[in-house]
Amino acid sequence: MDVKEYIASGILELYVAGQLSGEENLKVAEYAEMYPEIQQEIEEIEASILALSKTLSPKSSMQFDDIKQRIASDGTSKVVKLPNRKVNWLWYVGWAASLILAVGAAYLYLQNEELKSEIKVVKDQRIDFEKQIEEAQNSLAESESLLETLRDRNIKVVPLGGQEVSPASYAKVYWNKEQQKVFIDAQGLPEPPEGMVYQVWSLTLNPLTPTSVGLLEDFISDENRIFALENPNYSEAFGITLEPAGGSASPNLEQLYALGTVSG
Amino acid sequence: MRGSVALCATAQPFIMKLEVLITRFQQKDVSAFERLYGMYAENICGVINTIVRNETLAQEICQDVFVKIWHNAASYNSSKGRFFTWILNIARNAAIDEMRSKSYKNQKKNLSADSFVGILEPEGSHNEAAIDAEGIRRLINRLKQKCVEIIDLLYFKGYTQKEVAEELEIPLGTVKTRNRNCISQLRENMKK
Repeated sequence: MDVKEYIASGILELYVAGQLSGEENLKVAEYAEMYPEIQQEIEEIEASILALSKTLSPKSSMQFDDIKQRIASDGTSKVVKLPNRKVNWLWYVGWAASLILAVGAAYLYLQNEELKSEIKVVKDQRIDFEKQIEEAQNSLAESESLLETLRDRNIKVVPLGGQEVSPASYAKVYWNKEQQKVFIDAQGLPEPPEGMVYQVWSLTLNPLTPTSVGLLEDFISDENRIFALENPNYSEAFGITLEPAGGSASPNLEQLYALGTVSG
Repeated sequence: MRGSVALCATAQPFIMKLEVLITRFQQKDVSAFERLYGMYAENICGVINTIVRNETLAQEICQDVFVKIWHNAASYNSSKGRFFTWILNIARNAAIDEMRSKSYKNQKKNLSADSFVGILEPEGSHNEAAIDAEGIRRLINRLKQKCVEIIDLLYFKGYTQKEVAEELEIPLGTVKTRNRNCISQLRENMKK
């Protein structure tokens, strides 16, 4: 190809003017790449038009900032697509909110249940405590009445010592002669084996005559180990033997656990 | 030839830069856009001004054009022509559309009635603009009237060769060669 002739044809001037067809444009661009002279010619033509058109520009210069602002605000007008996005966003927020709400509700429900069961436990505990207080009060009243009984001036205290069968054993008899009552403090006696029961005897010494005062029933379950029995006898001594359940008509002296005489 | 060698030496890095700038601009790099704006804004505004003959309006349209090319950046393809030519085309169309819009329909009946030379005849000739216009006048005054006409029509008003031929009542084949000669003259004037 004759580059000079091509340049001289004036096609490059039309190229810069934008007056060529798409096909022609492609061809010129192709040649421009192949032949530096053509590329240079194009640039010089363009430069001349640039120079000329520059002289025709409005005197007051335009600021790029104005355009910058506009494309920036167009940026926000792209965000005007936001309404669409916003719907999506709201959609997500909506779901998130309901999820949070559901989780929150579940949490509150569980907490409420927990609190309810705690309240129930506390209530039960309170009932227990009330029972205990009542029991304690009963126990206190019992103890007080017992103490009062034992402090009665008419009471005679008869200590019973341990015997051969059980030397460590002991017991006390509080005897109110007027009321014909004895209170046996059996704290010092061992628990009776199953099927056996302690039996309290009133003794006259001359001649030695035992009279049954009664049985220490429910020995194990009675925490105080104090037993009230009727004693209308004229007692000179008291003894406690271990007898088969139900008691015996006469004491089994081999199983004599405690014995003591009434002094004075 | 000496001159063209020198031009070549300066033009080469400029091309590299221009291509890079255009690529970055197409990737929505605002700073690249600003550089391109600096390179072409006055020229494009000038072209618009030759069409609308109203500086304020020209600036408005010019701004619209640059906003438009920002948004249409992706549609530019170097195989279709020069970047400047691409903007030039958009600018011409915007200005012509404006002139054809209702408000100007009655004021200007024929776009080709005046050539750009009219712009270069400011009222006063003692201000800076006038001094500036001196150099310009040198560029243009040396152009023959037929060159002013053909450059105006082809470059600034976007007439096709056929339209130019009809407007100037010259053979179609003459448009191309006359334009070539006129541009050559313009280039000669620039060197002086």
